[in-house]
Amino acid sequence: MEALSFAPPPVSEEAERVRAEVRAFLKTELASRPPFKKADSWNGADPAFSRKMGAKGWISMTWPKQYGGHERSALERYVVLEEMLAAGAPVAAHWIADRQSGPLILKVGAEEQKQSILPRIAAGDCYFCIGMSEPDTGSDLASVRTKAVKADGGWVVNGTKVWTTGAHIAHYMILLCRTAEQTANRHEGLTQMLVDLKNTAGVEINPIYDLAGQHHFNEVVFRDAFIPDNAVLGKPGDGWKQVTSELALERSGPERFLSSFTLLVELVRALGPDPSPAAKIAIGRLVAHIYTLRRLSRSVAGMLQRGDDPAIQAALVKDLGALVEQEIPEIARQLIAAEPDTKSTSDFVAVLAHTVLNAPSFSLRGGTREILRGMIARGLGLR
Amino acid sequence: MSDMRDMFVETASRLFRDYCTPDLLRAAATGSFQTQLWNAMVEAGLTKAAVAEDAGGSGAELADALALLVPAGASSVPAPLAETLIAGFLLGEAGVVVPDAPLTIAIPRPGETLRAVRKGDGWLITGAVARVPYARFASGGVTVVAETAEGPLLALVALADCKIAEAANLAHEPRDDVAFDEAPAQAAKLTTRQAADVYAMAAAARSAQMAGALQTVLQLSVQYALERSQFGKPLGKFQAIQHNLATLAGQAAAATAAADAAIVQAQHGAGSIAVASAKARAGEAASIACNIAHQVHGAIGFTAEHALHFSTQRLWSWRDEFGNDAFWELKLGDQAVAAGADGLWAMLTAAA
Repeated sequence: MEALSFAPPPVSEEAERVRAEVRAFLKTELASRPPFKKADSWNGADPAFSRKMGAKGWISMTWPKQYGGHERSALERYVVLEEMLAAGAPVAAHWIADRQSGPLILKVGAEEQKQSILPRIAAGDCYFCIGMSEPDTGSDLASVRTKAVKADGGWVVNGTKVWTTGAHIAHYMILLCRTAEQTANRHEGLTQMLVDLKNTAGVEINPIYDLAGQHHFNEVVFRDAFIPDNAVLGKPGDGWKQVTSELALERSGPERFLSSFTLLVELVRALGPDPSPAAKIAIGRLVAHIYTLRRLSRSVAGMLQRGDDPAIQAALVKDLGALVEQEIPEIARQLIAAEPDTKSTSDFVAVLAHTVLNAPSFSLRGGTREILRGMIARGLGLR
Repeated sequence: MSDMRDMFVETASRLFRDYCTPDLLRAAATGSFQTQLWNAMVEAGLTKAAVAEDAGGSGAELADALALLVPAGASSVPAPLAETLIAGFLLGEAGVVVPDAPLTIAIPRPGETLRAVRKGDGWLITGAVARVPYARFASGGVTVVAETAEGPLLALVALADCKIAEAANLAHEPRDDVAFDEAPAQAAKLTTRQAADVYAMAAAARSAQMAGALQTVLQLSVQYALERSQFGKPLGKFQAIQHNLATLAGQAAAATAAADAAIVQAQHGAGSIAVASAKARAGEAASIACNIAHQVHGAIGFTAEHALHFSTQRLWSWRDEFGNDAFWELKLGDQAVAAGADGLWAMLTAAA
């Protein structure tokens, strides 16, 4: 059960200095962004905003300078992320590239891949999407069926990916596919490839609208798409190992407990200066939860900084975080009587509507609650 | 966390585990003071950990001393260690020589008052505080914070000068009503610490004990799920049980992280977001965790014979001592409202 300990988060004065800079920047940049849009946060894509962040040096903060990075600490990066999310900044365009694709390329990519792609991510110019899920492959990731067959100078890929967030704006997908027939060990024979979405024939991107009518997801169909050998990421057959380490990065950040934060802000605003004791108790409870989650999450950032593998701790924070994210709209609607309406002129009502509609995804994306609890149970020695 | 603290906590954990056997816990629950345990803690320098060196203590930081309460809570230490640590810290800070005997703290809760008036060179204390931990065994004296015309007064009152009405919490830990009727202070000093500040210190201490108890509840539940078989396999192999235990682990981790922050901030007064969050969060965690632990244990966990209740009965009591969840949540809510919608995030990130 050692696996479930969380060391106190390290103190970083540099990180607090960055916080002040980011706040000043966001105050100007987001002055006219309405709360309804802020609630979108890391689902809101704005390439112009991403480029400004790149110019500020707030993407690829921890990477080596030779690849466009800034060699800052994981804690400084954490502060930038949480400030962006708390303020509801539109970070979606570069989010995935900065969070997991870039770090994966840095870790396992070929020198040529690093040099051609990483500096563009750092500039806020190059966006990624994740090619993991398929129509018959959700939580059971090892069951992917998209297949790459060896050909002269590369691979011919056939198959379909779904729930691919941002594929329609992304330049690259990191595709998880099967390059060898499935054996008894399902984790063998999987490979990751960098698919150039703008310049590859045989790749079709179709929108999947979510229940709120938003277009974030896509279906990406590969029909005899040719992927050159130099686009293989890492070693052929190492896909499973790579994807597992990528997922730890996907689960550990502040986006895993701040998805509903804009609603909490608007709730406090709507309650005004003199709420009932019951309302103050409800708000205070959420403060206690977010304070604690933030501490747990920063502890995970500290483990990443030290080079530890906090996969189980990250799963635990994400599980707890999603519970609170999903509770906030339930509490808000009991404290202020309002019928949710995305078109409402009331900021609170519109943000409430947006959050109610998006809340189901909080415990699905990045690993379902059930998958996370299975991982925690493994950490407890039960599996 | 310093290496010194790690070592200190490790030594203490071993001592607590060695002494706090089910037999000793059962004996304590009948109302007898565990003298051997107490003497061992005194010899190991635990009881006066937070007492300044010139007041006869080992001069550790209050946070280092309160860190002992996590393993103490894990072992259900049936003694006023938390209360003695806090009383010793306060008395030592005031330059009072601190005795080796057990101490307690009588801090008026909302609705209670303690007043002190000068008499000659000394002070007389009048008032009553309900449910004071281990008051009947506080042979070193009862530490109080009383109101005076000159501000708050920290005072030590001899047990013999207090009127005690015995009562206990759900875990049979003494929680006695203490009345003071012009009781003379043995030592006293005006202080800048309000009663509410000491109340927060005690809340931080309970949060630490609760974090420890939650870890034990988790450990017992995981162990039982691995040992007990039904339908031909260990309980822990059933997914429903795995997920419940994962939830329990999350609650224990959250309470522990919050308590870690609270013990560092314990001396920073009643307005500490860390302390309020820790006590509230531990209270909520206790409710969820005890539910799951008893569900996993089935009927055996509901018996007097099984050890689970040593921890769960304490958690059910401690969550309501020194402010329940709502008490601290209201304080946090007040601060959030004062910070306002646009100051809420800054308030959260400024809180240490």
